[in-house]
Amino acid sequence: MKKLILDSLGKSKHRGSNFRNLLYNNEARAFFFQVITFVLVVGLFYTAIGNLFQNIEARGIQTGFSFLNNRAGFDILPFLGNIVVDYTPESSNLTVFYVGLVNTLVVAFIGIILSTLIGLLIGIARLSNNYLIAKLAGGYIELFRNIPILLQILFWYNLFINVFPHPKQSLAFFDIAFLNQRGLYLPKPIPEDGFIFVALAFIIGIIAAYFIRKFFKKKHELTGTHTSTWMFTLGLIVGLPVLIYFLIGSPLQFDYAVLGKFNLSGGMAVVPEFLALTFALSVYTATYIAEAIRSGIEAVDKGQKEAAAAIGLSPVQSLKLIVLPQALRVAIPPTINQYLNLTKNSSLATVIGYPELMSTFGGTVLNQVGQAVEILAMAMLVYLVISLFISLLLNYVNKKMEIQGR
Amino acid sequence: MSVFDQQSTRKPPISQIGAVLWLRTNLFSSWINSALTIASLYLLYIMIPPLLDWMIFNASFSFGTVNLFGFDIKFSEAMATNQNCGREGACWPYIYEKLYMYTYGFYPRTETWRPNIVFGLTALLFVIVPLLKHYKHKNRVTLSLIILYPLASYVLIAGGFGVLMPVSTDQWGGLLLTLIIASVGIIVSFPIGVLLALGRQSNLKVIKLFSTLFIEFIRAVPLITILFMASFVLPLFLESGNYFDKLLRALIGIALFQAAYFAEVVRGGLQAIPRGQYEAADAIGLSYFQKNILIILPQALKISIPNIVGSSISLFKDTTLVLIIGLFDMLAMVNLTSNDPYWLGRETEGFVFVTIVMWAILYTMSRYSRKLELRFNTENTN
Repeated sequence: MKKLILDSLGKSKHRGSNFRNLLYNNEARAFFFQVITFVLVVGLFYTAIGNLFQNIEARGIQTGFSFLNNRAGFDILPFLGNIVVDYTPESSNLTVFYVGLVNTLVVAFIGIILSTLIGLLIGIARLSNNYLIAKLAGGYIELFRNIPILLQILFWYNLFINVFPHPKQSLAFFDIAFLNQRGLYLPKPIPEDGFIFVALAFIIGIIAAYFIRKFFKKKHELTGTHTSTWMFTLGLIVGLPVLIYFLIGSPLQFDYAVLGKFNLSGGMAVVPEFLALTFALSVYTATYIAEAIRSGIEAVDKGQKEAAAAIGLSPVQSLKLIVLPQALRVAIPPTINQYLNLTKNSSLATVIGYPELMSTFGGTVLNQVGQAVEILAMAMLVYLVISLFISLLLNYVNKKMEIQGR
Repeated sequence: MSVFDQQSTRKPPISQIGAVLWLRTNLFSSWINSALTIASLYLLYIMIPPLLDWMIFNASFSFGTVNLFGFDIKFSEAMATNQNCGREGACWPYIYEKLYMYTYGFYPRTETWRPNIVFGLTALLFVIVPLLKHYKHKNRVTLSLIILYPLASYVLIAGGFGVLMPVSTDQWGGLLLTLIIASVGIIVSFPIGVLLALGRQSNLKVIKLFSTLFIEFIRAVPLITILFMASFVLPLFLESGNYFDKLLRALIGIALFQAAYFAEVVRGGLQAIPRGQYEAADAIGLSYFQKNILIILPQALKISIPNIVGSSISLFKDTTLVLIIGLFDMLAMVNLTSNDPYWLGRETEGFVFVTIVMWAILYTMSRYSRKLELRFNTENTN
């Protein structure tokens, strides 16, 4: 290409034709188009950012991230975020960011667990040979996936506030949990000294169970004798912590909520905003997960099941060893994508005032400070990081489940 | 030789025919299935009757006298008020009175015929396009419709041009606004999406990099952050003094957002085209644009049609988010109209009404996408 350019500019006899050669040369064209795109995009950014600085100066908006150290000065609905981060109105705007982040992660975490459970249940029910169950599951999917999620969040929140009773007439479950329009009141666990050992036993139990399983799996591969390990697993993960709990002398107390004259006191309140949001997100996302699981199971060829039966596997073995590993390969990637969607959709909580990232930091702080560029950039960065994390997870899972070719 | 009378065949047992057989195989095939059946029947029993009670049997239908297509239909003496509507069941007179708001927002009542024509045109479009299936010039007609329909709709709804009374965008609302945002979003973002998809598949490194960055960035963040960007930051990017309509800002945000999703859908289609098609197009000497417009895109777009419809459904659902930046779409009307002192506290009716309308539209769209999927699915599955 260098030669072509030199030729076309040089004192050659065929100067014109050389120039035409350059014009019709693929490499030269590619280079030319890329330069044009680059100049256009960079030019656009340059102008936009230039205007941005001008406008910011003209309107007297501050720039930079110093606002993060300023006093926030507003109340945030008390929930896990406030407790974890220890928030008061005297805290800084950066603390608000952390509160929002924690609350976003909490709702995403619980939502992911719930939606997976509901999705699994509905996805399997959809394929049930029971006519009524299959139709009900199908109806559930068609109903909830065709209603915008924002409408669902608003609807459940409205229902919660308008339909559930006043604190005075709370629905009580054996005086342990109370449900009213202010939320769900649960006993608050208070760990005492020594509870750490129970937690430690639980972790040790998981690790030990993992190695025992590995050992017997290896034995199975080497000798062919199969040992069932679920008793070890149960004993180590559940039995060991329970044993230690009673040996130390029950180092866990509960603070129960008590129904007072006008309100409930004590206990641990789960705010209605959180309940409505988690419920709506789980119910909505579960429809997609159910469809993913159904298509995963349906994607397994009928011949696979028949072959499994032919070599003498029991129905349970066939499901566990043949069908599920293949079904999950199809079902898991879209499910993980739905986890990302759920996390992104949790930002809609801003309409009901659940204190997550976009309603506290991207909402109240933005209105107070007015530095939209910085605040939105920070909020977007959080979602970018979450999304990147989920893509990495997805790549890892895909790699792990890749069909091993010969 | 003895003669045997032919005996008539015995009837199959009652458990092996008709409804009983169906019940046995589909509902009561094992004790687990029987238990599940009874449990789900109980679930239906505790959910459906209260719902019907609320929506129909305990609900108030006292609309007063309704003029329907020139006939006066008398529901009750006078229209119910919020007080005598009762709280046991739904108060549908509230919906009836606010129906105008839910459909047109603050659109001037004297000009209602204009959006009505647009609604009619939209319905007509859905009737005409399938009828054109076997018409010779169907591509040309469809293309001109795609260009003419938005233009005609814009002129009718926005007015101006010295003929029609201009109606500013902050008066647009309700279902009208929802449909406008959805259709503009789809029509504008689709070409951008195709270009982005081609860019991402391109051999040119710089173009590929920019397209990939744009697509991945947009897909990683929630729509609400994009909408906030569009409504707070976009005006700052422009030279000062440029007034920017709130609706237009939201539309730009939504179109860019949707373009990234369309791009991924189209890329899926592009990747499904065998390499041979690209090489054949190169071999007969087509240029890049000829190759894509004549050979690759027609095939790629065709196989991505079901996913394009699916993505459009998501966009339609996402239009509700504009209420967060202060536009009055159909969902925003619920809070607005139930804050009316006369109809205080009727949010539930509003939400149920909007749910029914939205669900009907989205369900129709999803059925259509399913139909397309089946039509384009040539793979043999068992």
